[in-house]
Amino acid sequence: MGIVSPGFQGRPRSSEPALPPGQYLTQDFPVLSAGPTPKVPLDSWEFVITTETGAEYRWSWSELMSLPQETPKVDIHCVTRWSKLGTTWQGVSLDTLLDGIDTDAAYVLAHSYGGYSTNLPLDDLRGGRAWVAHTFEGGDLPAEHGGPARLLVPHLYFWKSAKWVRGLRLMSTDQQGFWETAGYHDYGDPWREQRYQGD
Amino acid sequence: MTDMSYLDGNMLDAPLRELFAVDLSGAMGRCENCGVVGPVGGLRVYSHAPGLVGRCPTCSQVMLRFVRSPAWARLDLRGTTFLQVPMPLDQPHPGPM
Ligand SMILES: [Zn+2]
Repeated sequence: MGIVSPGFQGRPRSSEPALPPGQYLTQDFPVLSAGPTPKVPLDSWEFVITTETGAEYRWSWSELMSLPQETPKVDIHCVTRWSKLGTTWQGVSLDTLLDGIDTDAAYVLAHSYGGYSTNLPLDDLRGGRAWVAHTFEGGDLPAEHGGPARLLVPHLYFWKSAKWVRGLRLMSTDQQGFWETAGYHDYGDPWREQRYQGD
Repeated sequence: MTDMSYLDGNMLDAPLRELFAVDLSGAMGRCENCGVVGPVGGLRVYSHAPGLVGRCPTCSQVMLRFVRSPAWARLDLRGTTFLQVPMPLDQPHPGPM
């Protein structure tokens, strides 16, 4: 805490603590993984949003790249207690991907190449707070960090930012994902320290 | 007449304590996905993660997840059809008596 350099840009909330409770600052980027790193060739990569009625919306890699790109600079907080500040990404906002999709769903199960999944409220993917990110610090997102593309939802613990993301299932009722079924929190707000079910 | 078809969950306490006092690396597990039976000690465990993830060495599907919070431990075995632990009746039970 208090290690943020005075010249640090992009964090106007100087009166707030730099880190959520129970977190420590790290400069490197630890690799966390629940399994082998999937190899996903770009020419067969796709991202699919499936609505609660079964309607499917698909993007190939080139279609994703042709959408408007954003470069969020965000802090990320891992439930294993490291936080990394001011990371720069590039990707497509979920606002863009969800635009024009007819849904009354309240929940999302994000699912990944390799079988990972995580649940979030749909509202948390809107409002300029979530992206499908394919670039990290100016370079292709490395496979061990979730490339070709990962979900980026930095206002929640980083396990919600599904690596190797393949699609979103929009649902009327909440359905727990990989770590949530094993005891982690359904929402995972780092500022409220929602690490485990019941926190 | 009292319904004797089930017992109170408290009865699990002793058997589970006995189960987890044994060396689980000597246990055998069956993968729900591919059906292979192998030792728990042969699972591939991914530990750089919010919990421990044990995967089948044959098909790499998840067979076991273990999460330790400050308040509890959860062992999730979806992916495992059974766990079999060596427990001969004619030997003294392992662990503190
Ligand atoms: Zn298997």
